[in-house]
Amino acid sequence: MKPLALLGRTLQLVPVLLGVSVIVFVMMLLTPGDPVEIMLADQQATPQQVETMRHDMGLDRPALERFGVFLGNAATGNFGLSFFHRRPVFDVIAERLPATIELTLAALLLALVIAIPLGVIAAIKKNSLVDRLAAVGSLFGISLPGFWFGIILIILFAVHLKILPVAGRMDFACEVAPVTYLLTIDSLLRGRPDCFTNALSHLVLPALTLALPMAAVLTRVQRTAMIEVLRSDYITFAEAKGLSRRRILWRHALKNALVPTVTVAAIETGSLLGGNMVVETVFGWPGLGRLVVESIFVRNYPLVQAAVLFYAVTYVLLNFVADILYTVLNPRVKL
Amino acid sequence: MLLTRSSATDRPAPLLSIRGLKTCFPTRAGLVTAVDGVDLDVQPGECLGIVGESGSGKSVTFASVIGLIRPPGRIAEGSIHFDGADLRTLDPGGWRRLRGRDIAMTMQDALTALNPALTVAEQICEVLVAHAQDLPRRNRWRAARARAIEMLRLVGIPAAESRMDDYPHQFSGGMRQRIMIAIALACRPKLLIADEPTTALDVTIQAQVLDLISDLRREFGMSVVLITHDLGVVAEHTDRVAVMYAGQIVETGPTRDLIAHPRHPYTRGLIGLIPRLSDLDAPIKPIEGQVPDLIGLGGTCRFADRCELRLPECRQDIPMRPVGAAHEARCIRAGEDLP
Repeated sequence: MKPLALLGRTLQLVPVLLGVSVIVFVMMLLTPGDPVEIMLADQQATPQQVETMRHDMGLDRPALERFGVFLGNAATGNFGLSFFHRRPVFDVIAERLPATIELTLAALLLALVIAIPLGVIAAIKKNSLVDRLAAVGSLFGISLPGFWFGIILIILFAVHLKILPVAGRMDFACEVAPVTYLLTIDSLLRGRPDCFTNALSHLVLPALTLALPMAAVLTRVQRTAMIEVLRSDYITFAEAKGLSRRRILWRHALKNALVPTVTVAAIETGSLLGGNMVVETVFGWPGLGRLVVESIFVRNYPLVQAAVLFYAVTYVLLNFVADILYTVLNPRVKL
Repeated sequence: MLLTRSSATDRPAPLLSIRGLKTCFPTRAGLVTAVDGVDLDVQPGECLGIVGESGSGKSVTFASVIGLIRPPGRIAEGSIHFDGADLRTLDPGGWRRLRGRDIAMTMQDALTALNPALTVAEQICEVLVAHAQDLPRRNRWRAARARAIEMLRLVGIPAAESRMDDYPHQFSGGMRQRIMIAIALACRPKLLIADEPTTALDVTIQAQVLDLISDLRREFGMSVVLITHDLGVVAEHTDRVAVMYAGQIVETGPTRDLIAHPRHPYTRGLIGLIPRLSDLDAPIKPIEGQVPDLIGLGGTCRFADRCELRLPECRQDIPMRPVGAAHEARCIRAGEDLP
């Protein structure tokens, strides 16, 4: 059953990716502005030079043909050259990806570390002061726009208190040979605690900005799930067995109450990738999100297309991961 | 154990003794007194049946005994003594040591009572790890596992050793019920509260599970409280019965005696509801009316509104009155020779 399910899931990707490709392609077509004109804007190029460049980049061919070529190449893993960087799109994305993955993982971890205990405590002490504070905090977390919260954090911690850096991923003085390309982990693997603290100090604020709205949602989900679970017969039975409160809460109840949290966390991680664009821009984080924003400004079609496809694949894969975690947490579910 | 003997009946001190128990639940509509002045004794080694329909207070009575009344519900009055100890003065730690070790409980539906996310092995071993004093300090879980296998075999789980790492949903309904019994009895409790042990089961499996409980009671020498709405179950498997109605015990006595000579009109009504194989054409006569609302009751026999024998005098609090050897009923006409 398992390998077959895996195959089925993989096949599901095909229509999703096809649909996403069409949408992205059409959207880029409809967006006003011409990449060639943007690239040549301040160099007084002759119309002939512009034509040549347009021909070189394949932009003079009909849209449908361009789409066909794109699909054919994409199927073989070739996403073409980035107009701007003059390098394969794939390489440019691969170079920026680790920064985004590091930020996303940090945000996810932070959100879970905040949300799971807070949601559980809010559920146990339903309608208490802690519960109400958690509810108000969640409301703030959901309502505050990420760019505003990020700027506030920068003003507070970087500008006034001067305890954390304003932007970037790591100081130039720190350089560690890459292993995983995640700077915090690489610093540790290479035995450079100084670089680890440096990388971490850069990571904290953007990760917190991303984590807060996610933690807000997850806390509510965790609380609701936990309240529901605590009412169930198996909790009463566990109490009747004379188990410790700790075991009842963190083993019997939480294992069941994590199911919805994990599902929502996986889906929210997908949206973290979107949220990254704003936060990476605010914090000057050299990740995929900022790359996409820059590429949209200069109509760098191939890169935007590839990046959006990448987002779609990630989204589907995250859902798949959620399903797998589901079966771990809830043995009744079979894929 | 209590060393005193109750002088009136000269029976050994009861294992469990409930006096004047009153358990209330505040609701928006008012205070619901789900259990109102229950007196009950459970003798060592005996099987007591508690009969009543849903809402009669039979489950709440024993949830009070095992300390599982959820707030805002609370025990308002009364005393509960178990094995010489006053349960109403227990702190949370005391409850933890008592439950699962001295008093155990099984629930109506094993499918919902067993945790779906944990293996059967874990759910049975954890009770042993929590309570069994004689397990070695190191490798407690491994030692518990050996004992758990033994227990699962005892309740009749085939291939217990290989199947105990499965999850509850992978077992049949009857097997799940057996597993729940194994968990409850893992520490050899002195008292088992079996709350509707057969309601969720097929008729063919019901008898097997009840026989299993009876066998284990004899083997372990424990007392069993069998909570059920099925008088048939009670007739076959209990020594004594208490019939509950609207939060009160309305009749109690030795099982044979009570079923052969019911004295309370409600008990008679219940017995009239059992279809007899010898006379399948006889119409089943339902008890007319409904169970009264449990808010603000008092000053009347609670069954009066549904009773065919009621008299004007029934509009007062009726005490239990003896109607035979160890047989009591809460009815002013219980002593009369009625049709």
